[in-house]
Amino acid sequence: MSTPSSTSRPTATGPAGDTGGAREYTATGGDWDEISADAMANPDERIVVNMGPQHPSTHGVLRLVLEIEGETVTEARGGIGFLHTGIEKNMEYRTWTQGVTYCTRMDYVAPLFQEVGYCLAVEKLLDITDDVPERATLIRVMMMELNRVASHLIALGTGGNELGATTMMTIAFTAREDILKIFESITGLRMNHAYIRPGGVAVDLPPGATQMVREYIPQIRDRIGQLEKLSLKNPIFLGRLQGVGYLPLAGAMALGAAGPILRSAGLPFDLRKSQPYCGYETYDFEVPTHTDADSYARVVLRFKEMRESLKIVQQVLDRLEAQDRKGKHPVMVADKRIAWPAQLSVGSDGQGNSLDHIRQIMGSSMEALIHHFKLVTEGFRVPAGQVYQQIEHPKGVLGVHLVSDGGTRPYRAHFRDPSFNNLQTLGMMCEGGTIADVVVAVASIDPVMGGVDR
Amino acid sequence: MADSTGKGRGRSPEPRTTKTAMGATHDVQNFDVDSDEDKSALEEFFAPVAGFGVTMASLFRPVVTEQYPFEKKPTAPRYHGRHQLNRHPDGLEKCIGCELCAWACPADAIYVEAGNNTPDAQYAPGERYGKVYQINYLRCIFCGLCIEACPTRALTMTNDYELADTTREKMIFEKDQLLAPLRSGMLSAPHPMVEGTTDGDYYRGAVTGPTAEQVDWVREHRPEDPSLESAADPGRAQGGKR
Ligand code: SF4
Ligand code: SF4
Repeated sequence: MSTPSSTSRPTATGPAGDTGGAREYTATGGDWDEISADAMANPDERIVVNMGPQHPSTHGVLRLVLEIEGETVTEARGGIGFLHTGIEKNMEYRTWTQGVTYCTRMDYVAPLFQEVGYCLAVEKLLDITDDVPERATLIRVMMMELNRVASHLIALGTGGNELGATTMMTIAFTAREDILKIFESITGLRMNHAYIRPGGVAVDLPPGATQMVREYIPQIRDRIGQLEKLSLKNPIFLGRLQGVGYLPLAGAMALGAAGPILRSAGLPFDLRKSQPYCGYETYDFEVPTHTDADSYARVVLRFKEMRESLKIVQQVLDRLEAQDRKGKHPVMVADKRIAWPAQLSVGSDGQGNSLDHIRQIMGSSMEALIHHFKLVTEGFRVPAGQVYQQIEHPKGVLGVHLVSDGGTRPYRAHFRDPSFNNLQTLGMMCEGGTIADVVVAVASIDPVMGGVDR
Repeated sequence: MADSTGKGRGRSPEPRTTKTAMGATHDVQNFDVDSDEDKSALEEFFAPVAGFGVTMASLFRPVVTEQYPFEKKPTAPRYHGRHQLNRHPDGLEKCIGCELCAWACPADAIYVEAGNNTPDAQYAPGERYGKVYQINYLRCIFCGLCIEACPTRALTMTNDYELADTTREKMIFEKDQLLAPLRSGMLSAPHPMVEGTTDGDYYRGAVTGPTAEQVDWVREHRPEDPSLESAADPGRAQGGKR
């Protein structure tokens, strides 16, 4: 090992294994005193540090390669791929309906958004967008907005936890628990629901669901209020977040960032307003923006967005209840060649297809039985072509690109996950700051690695 | 890059400094931070320490932590738990070995092998029954597509969620583990269908319980069968076809 010459000085992103003659210290269970003494004896200021993939503040398995000078980060790069699950490829081997169970697992903090995005895309390809029943769309909107709150709560709670504010984490998770309870009673699962299906939703809301959601909302709102009181004006919180992770509008746009990052820089870009889907144009809500473009601004925005989401949920509830008063409404397209044949009911023997449905397909209608068998074994065919559908995910723009060759499975399913694109802003946000600021900046990006790596 | 001075990029050009007043902690619980606007000057003044109010109030809030496994909270009725293979009221199995559940499963967790019913061994109404039925709970993702696919409501999901075990083998549940226990009055399979019925009658819900002929058949072929006692109980309402 020799002292590096200034000309061949490697960067953090240099080829793997090429140290350019720089001195390497490997700290794997060794004695820090020895290492630091060695480093002192060789006064080379430049140090490259690997933060993650097993670091508590990197939201899972994000690897950060930081080049530091003293406490200052001079170069920051993200290393991803540690959570690669091959979901996109797997979807090519499953029917269009089964695909939902896969894509819901990408960004597991906001599973319902992948489901809706994917189903909207499939519906576009099938050209049945307008046939999706009103009630299914209402349920989708309600689930998405509740999920947006849950996702933001995770962002704020874990972000606070990384700053040492454990209480923020516990309160945020408590509030999220309420939302998960709502999800459990509607979909049967707390996460990864596979509840939204091409053509509608799997099953209608259980009796009393709207009332239950109404009862939870004040509690959730109260907990959000507690989080705000804990954080927004707290001098330590302000000191850690303000001016940190700064990314002006030009940078955010050049890097393709969206969601709270883009809105914190002042651009009121929200697909629910600019390219409405699922009837978002009919709801009354605001798109909050900020101009400080720093981590603190993103926290403020997330708080405001949660309140806007709850506002939307309340409007959906009003509409759902108005529907309830008028009798039963379908939640799946009428076309029996497409509608996945779920007719679930809960009985003393658990949850399964309702006995009425059994009576119909097994006892009386041969045609219904044939449809049932065909749909389950083969799935439905989707006309050849490709489609791109975007929706506003809590973290930004979720894009779903589907290609069909006319078969019963996707030829290709690609997801533009917002965390993936937002993560590119990492370098811009962190370089020039201190190591402690990296934690804050990453928390303000709120990447979920399941979505990044897919 | 390496020689970056580190100025100007990570930090905003003019970091906003906020001077905050640390004040007394009393009377902060009535804060309403729901909106940034319409806050009184007093509230603004105490905002930096409002967190203490949250902390104080938390002392008097009920504990939300659940004391699992000492106290088990019931799940929602729709909860996707362990599967169950159900029976008709007379004790015959509902599963007909059609494999639709296995087809629907996105995780390839189900293995079904159908067998033919014979007059000597009639397990389910109709021609076929599920001879081998396995669910691999290391693969299952509890999505519920299988129960949605099952055309006979043979397969349902219960609210049982305690599925952890110590070996991979134990996580593959066999048919005998999945099959619903006999309810009182049911006669264990195999035994003939209720005389004069077709499988369609079973699906229409026309069969209400075992008949005397079925009880006799089992008594003749398996005199030791424990389910005979309750099925043959004279006090029980006579089953048969409705
Ligand atoms: S719940 Fe889903 S993964 Fe599990 S066996 Fe049924 S279809 Fe397969
Ligand atoms: S459980 Fe249902 S779907 Fe599966 S093989 Fe049996 S009858 Fe068919």
